[in-house]
Amino acid sequence: MMKLNQKRQREFVITRKLDNFFTEVYLLFKFIVRFFKEAFSPPFEFREIVRQCYEVGYKSLALISITGFVTGIVFTKQSRPSLAEFGATSWLPSLVSIAILRALAPLITALITAGKVGSNIGAELGSMRVTEQIDAMEVSATNPFKFLVVTRVIATSLMVPILMCYTALIGLFGGFLNVNANEQTSMASFFQKAFESINFIDIWSSVIKSIVFGFTIGIIGSYKGYNATQGTQGVGKAANASVVISMFLIFVEEIVIVQIVNWFR
Amino acid sequence: MTNRSDIHHFSTEPVIEIKGLEKSFGSNKVLRGVDLQVRQGENVAVLGRSGSGKSVLIKIIAGLLKPDSGSVMVLNHNVPELDYKALEKLRLRIGFSFQNSALYDSMTVRENLEFPLLRNGGGVKHADVDVAVEDVLDAVGLSQTINQLPSELSGGQRKRIGIARTLIMQPEIMLYDEPTAGLDPITSIEINNLIKEVQQKYNTASIIITHDLTCAKSTSDRIAILLDGIFLKTGSFQEVFTDPDQRIKSFYDYNFIEE
Repeated sequence: MMKLNQKRQREFVITRKLDNFFTEVYLLFKFIVRFFKEAFSPPFEFREIVRQCYEVGYKSLALISITGFVTGIVFTKQSRPSLAEFGATSWLPSLVSIAILRALAPLITALITAGKVGSNIGAELGSMRVTEQIDAMEVSATNPFKFLVVTRVIATSLMVPILMCYTALIGLFGGFLNVNANEQTSMASFFQKAFESINFIDIWSSVIKSIVFGFTIGIIGSYKGYNATQGTQGVGKAANASVVISMFLIFVEEIVIVQIVNWFR
Repeated sequence: MTNRSDIHHFSTEPVIEIKGLEKSFGSNKVLRGVDLQVRQGENVAVLGRSGSGKSVLIKIIAGLLKPDSGSVMVLNHNVPELDYKALEKLRLRIGFSFQNSALYDSMTVRENLEFPLLRNGGGVKHADVDVAVEDVLDAVGLSQTINQLPSELSGGQRKRIGIARTLIMQPEIMLYDEPTAGLDPITSIEINNLIKEVQQKYNTASIIITHDLTCAKSTSDRIAILLDGIFLKTGSFQEVFTDPDQRIKSFYDYNFIEE
Protein backbone atom coordinates (compact mmCIF):
# COMPACT_ATOMS: atom_id res chain seq x y z
CA MET A 1 0.00 0.00 0.00
CA MET A 2 2.83 2.34 0.94
CA LYS A 3 4.68 1.46 -2.26
CA LEU A 4 1.54 2.17 -4.27
CA ASN A 5 1.16 5.60 -2.65
CA GLN A 6 4.81 6.44 -3.40
CA LYS A 7 4.29 5.44 -7.03
CA ARG A 8 1.19 7.64 -7.27
CA GLN A 9 3.05 10.61 -5.82
CA ARG A 10 5.68 10.35 -8.53
CA GLU A 11 3.08 10.73 -11.29
CA PHE A 12 3.13 14.54 -11.02
CA VAL A 13 5.77 17.16 -10.24
CA ILE A 14 3.89 19.82 -8.22
CA THR A 15 0.22 18.88 -8.05
CA ARG A 16 -1.79 17.19 -10.77
CA LYS A 17 -3.80 20.36 -11.54
CA LEU A 18 -0.74 22.63 -11.63
CA ASP A 19 1.11 20.11 -13.78
CA ASN A 20 -1.80 20.04 -16.21
CA PHE A 21 -1.97 23.85 -16.22
CA PHE A 22 1.73 24.28 -17.05
CA THR A 23 1.57 21.52 -19.66
CA GLU A 24 -1.39 23.29 -21.26
CA VAL A 25 0.46 26.63 -21.26
CA TYR A 26 3.50 24.97 -22.85
CA LEU A 27 1.38 23.29 -25.54
CA LEU A 28 -0.43 26.56 -26.28
CA PHE A 29 2.93 28.31 -26.60
CA LYS A 30 4.10 25.62 -29.07
CA PHE A 31 0.82 26.05 -30.99
CA ILE A 32 1.40 29.82 -31.25
CA VAL A 33 5.02 29.33 -32.41
CA ARG A 34 3.77 26.88 -35.05
CA PHE A 35 1.17 29.45 -36.16
CA PHE A 36 3.85 32.06 -36.86
CA LYS A 37 6.05 29.52 -38.66
CA GLU A 38 3.19 28.35 -40.89
CA ALA A 39 1.73 31.85 -41.43
CA PHE A 40 4.94 33.17 -42.99
CA SER A 41 5.81 30.17 -45.15
CA PRO A 42 4.24 29.50 -48.58
CA PRO A 43 1.82 28.38 -49.94
CA PHE A 44 -0.53 31.09 -48.67
CA GLU A 45 -4.22 30.30 -48.41
CA PHE A 46 -5.56 33.67 -49.67
CA ARG A 47 -8.93 32.37 -50.86
CA GLU A 48 -9.62 30.63 -47.56
CA ILE A 49 -8.52 33.73 -45.60
CA VAL A 50 -11.01 35.85 -47.57
CA ARG A 51 -13.75 33.26 -46.96
CA GLN A 52 -12.98 33.20 -43.23
CA CYS A 53 -12.94 37.04 -43.09
CA TYR A 54 -16.45 36.96 -44.57
CA GLU A 55 -17.53 34.36 -41.98
CA VAL A 56 -16.06 36.35 -39.08
CA GLY A 57 -16.91 39.85 -40.24
CA TYR A 58 -20.09 39.85 -42.21
CA LYS A 59 -21.88 37.28 -40.09
CA SER A 60 -21.15 39.12 -36.82
CA LEU A 61 -22.31 42.45 -38.25
CA ALA A 62 -25.97 42.31 -37.16
CA LEU A 63 -25.17 41.38 -33.56
CA ILE A 64 -22.33 43.93 -33.34
CA SER A 65 -24.60 46.66 -34.75
CA ILE A 66 -27.35 46.11 -32.19
CA THR A 67 -24.91 45.82 -29.27
CA GLY A 68 -22.88 48.89 -30.29
CA PHE A 69 -26.00 50.98 -30.83
CA VAL A 70 -27.57 50.00 -27.49
CA THR A 71 -24.27 50.59 -25.66
CA GLY A 72 -24.02 54.12 -27.10
CA ILE A 73 -27.57 55.03 -26.06
CA VAL A 74 -27.37 53.46 -22.59
CA PHE A 75 -23.94 54.90 -21.78
CA THR A 76 -25.07 58.42 -22.78
CA LYS A 77 -28.32 58.08 -20.85
CA GLN A 78 -26.55 56.85 -17.71
CA SER A 79 -23.83 59.53 -17.87
CA ARG A 80 -26.19 62.51 -18.27
CA PRO A 81 -27.37 62.81 -14.60
CA SER A 82 -23.78 62.94 -13.28
CA LEU A 83 -22.74 65.62 -15.76
CA ALA A 84 -26.02 67.53 -15.26
CA GLU A 85 -25.19 67.94 -11.56
CA PHE A 86 -22.24 70.13 -12.63
CA GLY A 87 -24.12 71.70 -15.53
CA ALA A 88 -21.73 69.98 -17.89
CA THR A 89 -24.08 68.10 -20.25
CA SER A 90 -22.33 69.85 -23.15
CA TRP A 91 -19.39 67.54 -22.37
CA LEU A 92 -21.46 64.46 -23.19
CA PRO A 93 -20.15 64.10 -26.81
CA SER A 94 -16.55 64.20 -25.53
CA LEU A 95 -17.22 61.77 -22.69
CA VAL A 96 -19.12 59.33 -24.92
CA SER A 97 -16.51 59.40 -27.68
CA ILE A 98 -13.57 58.84 -25.28
CA ALA A 99 -15.33 56.03 -23.42
CA ILE A 100 -16.51 54.29 -26.56
CA LEU A 101 -13.32 54.55 -28.56
CA ARG A 102 -10.83 53.88 -25.77
CA ALA A 103 -12.61 51.09 -23.92
CA LEU A 104 -16.16 50.11 -24.81
CA ALA A 105 -15.88 49.48 -28.56
CA PRO A 106 -12.79 47.21 -28.39
CA LEU A 107 -14.13 45.30 -25.39
CA ILE A 108 -17.69 44.85 -26.66
CA THR A 109 -16.52 43.83 -30.12
CA ALA A 110 -14.03 41.33 -28.68
CA LEU A 111 -16.51 39.81 -26.24
CA ILE A 112 -19.24 39.47 -28.87
CA THR A 113 -16.74 37.96 -31.33
CA ALA A 114 -15.43 35.57 -28.67
CA GLY A 115 -18.97 34.38 -28.00
CA LYS A 116 -20.08 34.10 -31.60
CA VAL A 117 -16.93 33.33 -33.58
CA GLY A 118 -14.63 31.80 -30.91
CA SER A 119 -17.19 29.16 -29.93
CA ASN A 120 -17.87 28.48 -33.60
CA ILE A 121 -14.17 27.91 -34.34
CA GLY A 122 -13.78 25.64 -31.29
CA ALA A 123 -16.86 23.58 -32.18
CA GLU A 124 -16.12 23.39 -35.91
CA LEU A 125 -12.49 22.32 -35.58
CA GLY A 126 -13.35 20.04 -32.65
CA SER A 127 -16.00 18.30 -34.69
CA MET A 128 -13.58 18.00 -37.63
CA ARG A 129 -10.99 16.47 -35.29
CA VAL A 130 -13.26 13.83 -33.73
CA THR A 131 -14.81 12.83 -37.08
CA GLU A 132 -11.30 12.42 -38.59
CA GLN A 133 -11.85 15.21 -41.15
CA ILE A 134 -8.54 16.79 -40.10
CA ASP A 135 -6.78 13.44 -40.59
CA ALA A 136 -8.50 13.13 -43.99
CA MET A 137 -7.13 16.53 -44.96
CA GLU A 138 -3.66 15.48 -43.83
CA VAL A 139 -3.66 12.23 -45.84
CA SER A 140 -4.83 14.11 -48.93
CA ALA A 141 -1.53 16.05 -48.71
CA THR A 142 -3.10 19.28 -47.45
CA ASN A 143 -1.58 20.91 -44.39
CA PRO A 144 -4.65 21.15 -42.10
CA PHE A 145 -2.91 23.53 -39.70
CA LYS A 146 -2.28 26.04 -42.47
CA PHE A 147 -5.69 25.58 -44.07
CA LEU A 148 -7.82 25.56 -40.91
CA VAL A 149 -5.88 27.29 -38.13
CA VAL A 150 -3.73 29.94 -39.85
CA THR A 151 -6.62 31.18 -41.98
CA ARG A 152 -8.99 31.50 -39.02
CA VAL A 153 -6.49 33.27 -36.77
CA ILE A 154 -5.55 35.74 -39.53
CA ALA A 155 -9.25 36.35 -40.22
CA THR A 156 -10.09 37.13 -36.58
CA SER A 157 -6.95 39.29 -36.20
CA LEU A 158 -7.95 41.32 -39.28
CA MET A 159 -11.69 41.53 -38.75
CA VAL A 160 -11.92 42.39 -35.04
CA PRO A 161 -10.19 45.82 -35.54
CA ILE A 162 -12.48 46.57 -38.50
CA LEU A 163 -15.53 45.52 -36.51
CA MET A 164 -14.27 47.63 -33.59
CA CYS A 165 -14.19 50.77 -35.77
CA TYR A 166 -17.70 49.96 -36.99
CA THR A 167 -18.92 49.39 -33.39
CA ALA A 168 -17.41 52.73 -32.35
CA LEU A 169 -19.24 54.59 -35.12
CA ILE A 170 -22.54 52.82 -34.38
CA GLY A 171 -22.07 53.49 -30.64
CA LEU A 172 -21.38 57.18 -31.29
CA PHE A 173 -24.46 57.33 -33.48
CA GLY A 174 -26.51 55.82 -30.61
CA GLY A 175 -25.02 58.44 -28.28
CA PHE A 176 -25.87 61.20 -30.77
CA LEU A 177 -29.53 60.11 -30.99
CA ASN A 178 -29.83 60.34 -27.21
CA VAL A 179 -28.06 63.72 -27.01
CA ASN A 180 -30.10 65.03 -29.93
CA ALA A 181 -33.36 63.95 -28.28
CA ASN A 182 -32.49 65.69 -25.00
CA GLU A 183 -30.26 68.65 -25.89
CA GLN A 184 -31.27 69.12 -29.56
CA THR A 185 -27.58 69.06 -30.55
CA SER A 186 -27.07 68.80 -34.32
CA MET A 187 -25.20 65.84 -35.83
CA ALA A 188 -22.37 68.07 -37.12
CA SER A 189 -21.90 69.69 -33.72
CA PHE A 190 -22.02 66.33 -31.86
CA PHE A 191 -19.45 64.65 -34.08
CA GLN A 192 -17.21 67.74 -34.16
CA LYS A 193 -17.07 67.75 -30.34
CA ALA A 194 -16.70 63.97 -30.25
CA PHE A 195 -13.70 63.89 -32.61
CA GLU A 196 -12.04 66.94 -31.03
CA SER A 197 -11.58 64.93 -27.83
CA ILE A 198 -9.98 61.96 -29.55
CA ASN A 199 -6.32 61.91 -30.43
CA PHE A 200 -4.17 59.72 -32.63
CA ILE A 201 -2.99 57.48 -29.80
CA ASP A 202 -6.62 56.67 -28.83
CA ILE A 203 -7.34 55.33 -32.28
CA TRP A 204 -4.11 53.36 -32.67
CA SER A 205 -4.18 51.89 -29.18
CA SER A 206 -7.71 50.63 -29.79
CA VAL A 207 -6.79 49.19 -33.18
CA ILE A 208 -3.72 47.40 -31.75
CA LYS A 209 -5.78 46.22 -28.78
CA SER A 210 -8.38 44.79 -31.17
CA ILE A 211 -5.71 42.99 -33.20
CA VAL A 212 -4.49 41.35 -29.97
CA PHE A 213 -8.07 40.46 -28.97
CA GLY A 214 -8.78 39.04 -32.44
CA PHE A 215 -5.60 36.98 -32.35
CA THR A 216 -6.52 35.65 -28.89
CA ILE A 217 -10.03 34.64 -30.00
CA GLY A 218 -8.71 32.88 -33.11
CA ILE A 219 -5.78 31.10 -31.49
CA ILE A 220 -7.68 29.90 -28.40
CA GLY A 221 -10.66 28.67 -30.45
CA SER A 222 -8.34 26.92 -32.90
CA TYR A 223 -6.14 25.41 -30.17
CA LYS A 224 -9.08 24.00 -28.26
CA GLY A 225 -10.84 22.71 -31.37
CA TYR A 226 -7.74 21.35 -33.12
CA ASN A 227 -6.77 19.33 -30.05
CA ALA A 228 -10.28 18.16 -29.10
CA THR A 229 -10.64 14.60 -27.82
CA GLN A 230 -13.37 12.40 -26.32
CA GLY A 231 -15.89 12.50 -29.18
CA THR A 232 -18.95 14.75 -29.11
CA GLN A 233 -18.39 15.57 -25.42
CA GLY A 234 -14.96 16.91 -26.40
CA VAL A 235 -16.53 19.16 -29.06
CA GLY A 236 -18.79 20.78 -26.44
CA LYS A 237 -15.86 21.21 -24.07
CA ALA A 238 -13.75 22.77 -26.83
CA ALA A 239 -16.48 25.29 -27.74
CA ASN A 240 -17.06 26.17 -24.10
CA ALA A 241 -13.36 26.49 -23.22
CA SER A 242 -12.77 28.64 -26.32
CA VAL A 243 -15.24 31.27 -25.08
CA VAL A 244 -14.32 31.17 -21.37
CA ILE A 245 -10.53 31.32 -21.86
CA SER A 246 -10.75 33.94 -24.64
CA MET A 247 -12.94 36.23 -22.52
CA PHE A 248 -10.67 35.86 -19.50
CA LEU A 249 -7.56 36.62 -21.58
CA ILE A 250 -9.28 39.61 -23.23
CA PHE A 251 -9.78 41.25 -19.82
CA VAL A 252 -6.18 40.48 -18.78
CA GLU A 253 -4.87 41.93 -22.06
CA GLU A 254 -7.10 45.00 -21.64
CA ILE A 255 -5.48 45.78 -18.28
CA VAL A 256 -1.95 45.22 -19.60
CA ILE A 257 -2.43 47.25 -22.80
CA VAL A 258 -4.10 50.16 -20.96
CA GLN A 259 -1.07 50.34 -18.65
CA ILE A 260 1.36 50.30 -21.56
CA VAL A 261 -0.60 52.91 -23.55
CA ASN A 262 -0.76 55.20 -20.51
CA TRP A 263 3.05 55.34 -20.46
CA PHE A 264 2.92 56.93 -23.94
CA ARG A 265 0.23 59.51 -23.19
CA MET B 1 -14.92 -20.14 -54.65
CA THR B 2 -12.25 -18.97 -57.07
CA ASN B 3 -8.97 -18.10 -55.44
CA ARG B 4 -8.47 -14.49 -56.46
CA SER B 5 -4.69 -14.96 -56.42
CA ASP B 6 -5.14 -17.15 -59.48
CA ILE B 7 -6.64 -14.41 -61.59
CA HIS B 8 -4.38 -11.60 -60.34
CA HIS B 9 -0.71 -11.26 -61.10
CA PHE B 10 1.11 -9.41 -58.35
CA SER B 11 4.53 -7.85 -58.77
CA THR B 12 7.24 -9.59 -56.76
CA GLU B 13 8.50 -6.34 -55.18
CA PRO B 14 6.44 -5.36 -52.13
CA VAL B 15 5.00 -1.83 -52.20
CA ILE B 16 4.43 -1.96 -48.43
CA GLU B 17 7.02 -3.69 -46.25
CA ILE B 18 6.72 -3.46 -42.47
CA LYS B 19 9.37 -4.90 -40.17
CA GLY B 20 9.41 -5.10 -36.38
CA LEU B 21 6.77 -2.40 -35.91
CA GLU B 22 6.08 -1.44 -32.30
CA LYS B 23 3.70 1.17 -30.92
CA SER B 24 2.55 1.94 -27.39
CA PHE B 25 0.11 4.44 -25.93
CA GLY B 26 1.32 5.07 -22.39
CA SER B 27 1.67 1.67 -20.76
CA ASN B 28 -0.60 0.02 -23.34
CA LYS B 29 1.58 -1.79 -25.87
CA VAL B 30 -0.63 -2.00 -28.97
CA LEU B 31 1.77 -3.33 -31.62
CA ARG B 32 4.59 -5.66 -30.52
CA GLY B 33 6.76 -6.34 -33.55
CA VAL B 34 4.48 -6.49 -36.58
CA ASP B 35 5.84 -7.72 -39.94
CA LEU B 36 3.84 -7.44 -43.17
CA GLN B 37 4.42 -7.30 -46.92
CA VAL B 38 1.90 -6.21 -49.56
CA ARG B 39 2.62 -6.39 -53.28
CA GLN B 40 1.26 -4.18 -56.09
CA GLY B 41 -2.27 -5.27 -57.05
CA GLU B 42 -2.75 -7.34 -53.89
CA ASN B 43 -5.53 -6.93 -51.32
CA VAL B 44 -4.64 -7.90 -47.74
CA ALA B 45 -7.32 -7.95 -45.03
CA VAL B 46 -6.17 -7.36 -41.47
CA LEU B 47 -8.59 -9.02 -39.07
CA GLY B 48 -8.69 -8.48 -35.36
CA ARG B 49 -10.91 -7.62 -32.46
CA SER B 50 -11.75 -4.04 -31.47
CA GLY B 51 -8.77 -2.33 -29.86
CA SER B 52 -6.25 -4.80 -31.29
CA GLY B 53 -4.33 -2.02 -33.10
CA LYS B 54 -5.61 -2.54 -36.65
CA SER B 55 -6.40 1.13 -37.27
CA VAL B 56 -3.14 2.17 -35.57
CA LEU B 57 -1.29 0.04 -38.13
CA ILE B 58 -2.70 1.85 -41.18
CA LYS B 59 -2.42 5.24 -39.52
CA ILE B 60 1.30 4.53 -39.12
CA ILE B 61 1.50 3.52 -42.80
CA ALA B 62 -0.16 6.84 -43.78
CA GLY B 63 2.20 8.77 -41.48
CA LEU B 64 -0.60 9.94 -39.15
CA LEU B 65 1.08 8.25 -36.18
CA LYS B 66 4.76 7.73 -35.41
CA PRO B 67 5.86 4.22 -34.44
CA ASP B 68 8.08 3.59 -31.42
CA SER B 69 10.37 1.33 -33.45
CA GLY B 70 10.51 -0.65 -36.67
CA SER B 71 10.57 0.25 -40.34
CA VAL B 72 7.58 1.05 -42.57
CA MET B 73 8.69 1.04 -46.20
CA VAL B 74 5.97 2.39 -48.49
CA LEU B 75 6.80 2.67 -52.20
CA ASN B 76 10.49 2.54 -51.25
CA HIS B 77 10.24 5.32 -48.61
CA ASN B 78 10.65 4.69 -44.89
CA VAL B 79 7.60 6.62 -43.64
CA PRO B 80 8.76 7.39 -40.05
CA GLU B 81 11.96 9.01 -41.37
CA LEU B 82 10.31 11.29 -43.96
CA ASP B 83 10.11 15.04 -43.39
CA TYR B 84 6.73 16.78 -43.82
CA LYS B 85 7.28 17.74 -47.49
CA ALA B 86 8.38 14.24 -48.50
CA LEU B 87 5.49 12.73 -46.57
CA GLU B 88 3.01 15.03 -48.38
CA LYS B 89 4.43 13.85 -51.73
CA LEU B 90 4.12 10.22 -50.72
CA ARG B 91 0.57 10.71 -49.44
CA LEU B 92 -0.51 11.73 -52.95
CA ARG B 93 0.16 8.10 -53.90
CA ILE B 94 -1.84 6.68 -50.99
CA GLY B 95 -5.63 6.65 -50.62
CA PHE B 96 -7.15 6.40 -47.14
CA SER B 97 -10.81 5.52 -46.64
CA PHE B 98 -11.84 6.39 -43.09
CA GLN B 99 -14.19 4.39 -40.89
CA ASN B 100 -16.74 7.23 -40.73
CA SER B 101 -15.92 8.43 -44.26
CA ALA B 102 -14.58 11.77 -42.89
CA LEU B 103 -16.31 13.81 -45.61
CA TYR B 104 -16.01 17.58 -45.12
CA ASP B 105 -19.41 18.55 -43.70
CA SER B 106 -19.41 22.11 -45.03
CA MET B 107 -18.69 21.05 -48.63
CA THR B 108 -20.93 19.44 -51.24
CA VAL B 109 -20.00 16.08 -52.78
CA ARG B 110 -18.46 17.90 -55.76
CA GLU B 111 -16.35 20.15 -53.48
CA ASN B 112 -15.27 17.15 -51.39
CA LEU B 113 -14.05 15.39 -54.52
CA GLU B 114 -12.44 18.49 -56.03
CA PHE B 115 -10.61 19.40 -52.83
CA PRO B 116 -7.55 17.09 -53.11
CA LEU B 117 -7.28 17.59 -56.85
CA LEU B 118 -7.45 21.40 -56.84
CA ARG B 119 -4.91 21.61 -54.03
CA ASN B 120 -2.46 19.07 -55.38
CA GLY B 121 -3.16 18.98 -59.10
CA GLY B 122 -0.51 21.59 -59.99
CA GLY B 123 -2.79 24.10 -61.77
CA VAL B 124 -5.10 21.51 -63.25
CA LYS B 125 -7.83 22.98 -65.55
CA HIS B 126 -11.39 23.24 -64.27
CA ALA B 127 -12.67 21.23 -67.24
CA ASP B 128 -10.29 18.39 -66.31
CA VAL B 129 -11.41 18.55 -62.68
CA ASP B 130 -15.05 18.24 -63.80
CA VAL B 131 -14.21 15.19 -65.90
CA ALA B 132 -12.26 13.57 -63.03
CA VAL B 133 -15.15 14.22 -60.59
CA GLU B 134 -17.69 12.72 -62.99
CA ASP B 135 -15.43 9.71 -63.62
CA VAL B 136 -14.97 8.78 -59.96
CA LEU B 137 -18.64 9.42 -59.16
CA ASP B 138 -19.53 7.14 -62.05
CA ALA B 139 -17.08 4.53 -60.73
CA VAL B 140 -18.84 4.47 -57.35
CA GLY B 141 -22.29 4.75 -58.96
CA LEU B 142 -23.35 8.00 -57.29
CA SER B 143 -23.42 10.58 -60.11
CA GLN B 144 -26.81 11.90 -58.93
CA THR B 145 -25.42 13.05 -55.55
CA ILE B 146 -22.94 15.56 -56.98
CA ASN B 147 -24.57 18.67 -55.49
CA GLN B 148 -25.68 17.13 -52.20
CA LEU B 149 -24.16 17.76 -48.79
CA PRO B 150 -22.72 14.81 -46.80
CA SER B 151 -25.58 15.19 -44.29
CA GLU B 152 -28.05 14.33 -47.07
CA LEU B 153 -26.34 11.00 -47.88
CA SER B 154 -26.91 7.54 -46.38
CA GLY B 155 -24.11 5.70 -44.55
CA GLY B 156 -23.32 3.54 -47.59
CA GLN B 157 -23.32 6.54 -49.93
CA ARG B 158 -20.95 8.40 -47.60
CA LYS B 159 -18.56 5.41 -47.63
CA ARG B 160 -18.62 5.30 -51.40
CA ILE B 161 -18.04 9.06 -51.73
CA GLY B 162 -15.16 8.69 -49.24
CA ILE B 163 -13.62 6.03 -51.49
CA ALA B 164 -14.27 8.20 -54.58
CA ARG B 165 -12.42 11.11 -52.93
CA THR B 166 -9.33 8.95 -52.54
CA LEU B 167 -9.62 7.51 -56.07
CA ILE B 168 -9.59 10.95 -57.70
CA MET B 169 -5.83 11.19 -57.03
CA GLN B 170 -5.33 7.73 -58.65
CA PRO B 171 -3.44 6.22 -55.70
CA GLU B 172 -1.17 3.21 -55.97
CA ILE B 173 -2.08 2.06 -52.46
CA MET B 174 -5.49 2.01 -50.78
CA LEU B 175 -5.99 1.79 -47.03
CA TYR B 176 -9.54 0.95 -45.92
CA ASP B 177 -10.43 1.42 -42.24
CA GLU B 178 -13.48 -0.74 -41.40
CA PRO B 179 -15.18 -0.22 -44.78
CA THR B 180 -18.35 -2.14 -43.85
CA ALA B 181 -18.70 -1.07 -40.20
CA GLY B 182 -22.23 0.07 -39.37
CA LEU B 183 -23.69 -0.88 -42.76
CA ASP B 184 -26.56 -3.25 -43.52
CA PRO B 185 -25.64 -6.57 -45.25
CA ILE B 186 -26.74 -5.47 -48.72
CA THR B 187 -24.82 -2.19 -48.58
CA SER B 188 -21.82 -4.11 -47.16
CA ILE B 189 -21.87 -6.37 -50.24
CA GLU B 190 -21.96 -3.25 -52.48
CA ILE B 191 -18.91 -1.82 -50.67
CA ASN B 192 -17.09 -5.17 -50.91
CA ASN B 193 -17.78 -5.25 -54.65
CA LEU B 194 -16.53 -1.68 -54.96
CA ILE B 195 -13.25 -2.60 -53.20
CA LYS B 196 -12.76 -5.45 -55.67
CA GLU B 197 -13.58 -3.20 -58.63
CA VAL B 198 -11.04 -0.62 -57.41
CA GLN B 199 -8.37 -3.32 -57.21
CA GLN B 200 -9.15 -4.61 -60.70
CA LYS B 201 -9.56 -1.21 -62.38
CA TYR B 202 -6.67 0.68 -60.76
CA ASN B 203 -4.38 -2.28 -59.85
CA THR B 204 -3.96 -0.86 -56.34
CA ALA B 205 -2.33 -2.60 -53.41
CA SER B 206 -4.78 -2.46 -50.52
CA ILE B 207 -4.91 -3.09 -46.81
CA ILE B 208 -8.45 -3.63 -45.56
CA ILE B 209 -8.88 -3.26 -41.81
CA THR B 210 -11.98 -5.12 -40.70
CA HIS B 211 -13.52 -7.47 -38.18
CA ASP B 212 -16.11 -8.57 -40.73
CA LEU B 213 -15.16 -12.04 -42.05
CA THR B 214 -17.49 -11.74 -45.05
CA CYS B 215 -15.74 -8.54 -46.08
CA ALA B 216 -12.30 -10.10 -45.56
CA LYS B 217 -13.20 -13.23 -47.52
CA SER B 218 -14.76 -11.47 -50.48
CA THR B 219 -12.28 -8.61 -50.89
CA SER B 220 -8.84 -9.98 -50.01
CA ASP B 221 -6.20 -12.19 -51.53
CA ARG B 222 -4.55 -12.72 -48.16
CA ILE B 223 -5.69 -12.44 -44.58
CA ALA B 224 -3.61 -11.49 -41.54
CA ILE B 225 -4.95 -12.09 -38.04
CA LEU B 226 -3.76 -9.43 -35.57
CA LEU B 227 -3.92 -10.56 -31.96
CA ASP B 228 -2.14 -9.18 -28.91
CA GLY B 229 -0.05 -6.85 -31.06
CA ILE B 230 1.39 -9.44 -33.47
CA PHE B 231 0.22 -11.22 -36.62
CA LEU B 232 -0.83 -14.65 -35.42
CA LYS B 233 -1.33 -16.10 -38.87
CA THR B 234 -1.07 -14.81 -42.45
CA GLY B 235 -2.27 -16.59 -45.60
CA SER B 236 -5.28 -17.25 -47.77
CA PHE B 237 -8.71 -17.43 -46.13
CA GLN B 238 -8.59 -21.22 -46.39
CA GLU B 239 -5.11 -21.47 -44.85
CA VAL B 240 -5.90 -19.14 -41.97
CA PHE B 241 -9.21 -20.61 -40.91
CA THR B 242 -8.17 -24.27 -41.19
CA ASP B 243 -5.43 -23.55 -38.64
CA PRO B 244 -5.98 -25.59 -35.46
CA ASP B 245 -5.03 -22.63 -33.21
CA GLN B 246 -7.95 -22.21 -30.81
CA ARG B 247 -7.66 -18.39 -30.80
CA ILE B 248 -8.23 -18.28 -34.58
CA LYS B 249 -11.01 -20.86 -34.38
CA SER B 250 -12.81 -18.84 -31.72
CA PHE B 251 -12.51 -15.72 -33.88
CA TYR B 252 -14.13 -17.62 -36.76
CA ASP B 253 -16.83 -19.18 -34.57
CA TYR B 254 -17.97 -15.81 -33.25
CA ASN B 255 -18.50 -14.42 -36.72
CA PHE B 256 -21.30 -15.28 -39.09
CA ILE B 257 -19.99 -16.14 -42.54
CA GLU B 258 -21.73 -17.16 -45.68
CA GLU B 259 -20.10 -20.32 -47.03
